[in-house]
Amino acid sequence: MEIIAQHGTVFIIIAIAFGLFMTWGIGANDVANVMGTSVGSGAITVMTAIIIAAIFEFAGAALAGGHVTATIRKGMIDPTPIVNNPEILVFGMLSALLAAAVWLAAASWRGWPVSTTHSIVGAIIGFAVTGIGIDAVKWGKVTQIVASWVVSPVLGGTVAFILMISIRRLILNTENPLQNAKRWGPVYVFLVGFIISLVTMFKGLKPLKLDLSVTMSFVLAAVFGAVIAGIGWALIRRVQVDEKAEEEHHFASVEKVFVPMMIFTACGMAFAHGSNDVANGVGPLAAVYGLVKSGGEVAQKSVLPLWILALGGAGIVLGLATFGYRVMRTIGTRITELTPTRGFSATMAAAATVVLASRTGMPVSTTHIAVGAVMGVGLARGIGAIDLRVVGGIVVSWIVTLPIGGGLAALFFFTLKGMFG
Amino acid sequence: MARKSPFASLFKHSPFKPMQEHINVVALCAARVPDLFEALSAGDRAKVVEVKEAIFELEQQADEIKNELRAHLPKSLMMPVDRRDLLEVLDMQDSIADTAQDIAGLLVERPMDVPEELKQPLLALVRRCVEACDHAAKIIGELDELVSTGFGGRESDLVTEMVKELNKIEEDTDEMGMALTSKLFGIEDQMKPVSVMFWYQLIQWIGDLADYAEKVGNRLRLLLAR
Repeated sequence: MEIIAQHGTVFIIIAIAFGLFMTWGIGANDVANVMGTSVGSGAITVMTAIIIAAIFEFAGAALAGGHVTATIRKGMIDPTPIVNNPEILVFGMLSALLAAAVWLAAASWRGWPVSTTHSIVGAIIGFAVTGIGIDAVKWGKVTQIVASWVVSPVLGGTVAFILMISIRRLILNTENPLQNAKRWGPVYVFLVGFIISLVTMFKGLKPLKLDLSVTMSFVLAAVFGAVIAGIGWALIRRVQVDEKAEEEHHFASVEKVFVPMMIFTACGMAFAHGSNDVANGVGPLAAVYGLVKSGGEVAQKSVLPLWILALGGAGIVLGLATFGYRVMRTIGTRITELTPTRGFSATMAAAATVVLASRTGMPVSTTHIAVGAVMGVGLARGIGAIDLRVVGGIVVSWIVTLPIGGGLAALFFFTLKGMFG
Repeated sequence: MARKSPFASLFKHSPFKPMQEHINVVALCAARVPDLFEALSAGDRAKVVEVKEAIFELEQQADEIKNELRAHLPKSLMMPVDRRDLLEVLDMQDSIADTAQDIAGLLVERPMDVPEELKQPLLALVRRCVEACDHAAKIIGELDELVSTGFGGRESDLVTEMVKELNKIEEDTDEMGMALTSKLFGIEDQMKPVSVMFWYQLIQWIGDLADYAEKVGNRLRLLLAR
């Protein structure tokens, strides 16, 4: 108790620094993957992508980042054994942040495809097992999380596959593809707005003191979707037949219809990413802050202050502005195989899956879901060549990250405990 | 701190663009074969050598594209078509250029005169065979549209129709080749026996241009049905 009272401010400052570093890293690296489908398909420029990402990552973090943050903050550990030593939880959360940050930096340097989410989850489990005891980990919840890492990319892929097939059925494989693209385009845009806003609002805005009823959520989501569809319709209407491009590729004009539509999926994707990944940085920060403010109450009943989510959002935007735009440019030039129709299917599927995960409080890897969604389009015979070795690399780094993140966290935990305790 | 993006490394170069580049070069190569026979009929040796050089160069170019494409098709790729089927289409495409090269090579190595009776039907046959090659190139040009529609639906029907058209062109060349052969045999007593043999061989090779073009189309149909 005395330790927290004595060093409380220091702990909060350290947590803010580490949390900012993590979110900075997310903005620098992961956002580029998230926006890659949109930039690569030529739907939006790097500059537009950065503006969209800055606004919607922040919005996603602040509006819908609470659920996953709660999971990271207090969902995986049962702190009852340390009620009288709350400083252990503070050390633990700080070391988890530090461990994840160090492991991510090392992986970046070596070029390994390591997930931010896996690192922080592994680190928290590692600290809990060594610092409190194996029973302190809520294994049921952890099993759910790990299962979601397998389920979510598969779900993203399935949705992308279905979307791709539906676009072919309704638009590409018809007598007048362009006319049908203009007819169905707004419907797809409606779906983007409806699904993402419904999942977010459905009993999900409690942290903002906005408790909407089920009917109200549906009505509002429908209205929101309709407004977006209206904007989409106005943009799509102006698309003209490009005779010259048609000669080269029969579906050039149809693809042009999907260009303005991809702006909406790009926004949705950035929102989804912000709502899930911000927690990796600010979840532990929220835990430390809650512990210090309550004077060491480990149950953490206090409401998550909005400024913490906003800070995380700001960190992401900062990473994007200082470094992310360069990564985005590199990735964008490599993904030219993704035409707007394919990019739309993949991005919409990924965005919907990630938002669903965020709403249910599951910390998932947005990049893995995007990879799954692209594979879904590939399974629909829609992509020239996908390198399956990447999937192997992801699985390996997944298996390696959990023990290493955990081990590092344990190491830092005992160091911190020695320094302050 | 740039983490290598697993997302970006997921995408490898699509094999379809190089396939199209390859057959376009191959078609250019075949398109020079009529020039060869025109020059030969006119007795312009220098021109024959010049065209032969051009054909050899195009064949070389096609080979480079082919090798580059093969080198970038590891088995770990997930493609919308079977890797082996695709490589077979590529082989057929390449055989067209090889055949054009054989024809050009022989005409330079062994100076031959075109018998007056053969001149017209010979050129007609060569031109029809080149049309078959051009048609095959047009079919391969539909590959990106096929990817867009997932190798099904209307686009697949369109390609099937194009392949049928190609089969008809090839049938034409078969008939023209047989007519030409019988004309050759009709005048064989007035020619040197070895010349007759080589003309017979040449007519076969010219027909091969259309045969391989047809095989390109037929193999492509295998890609559609997976």
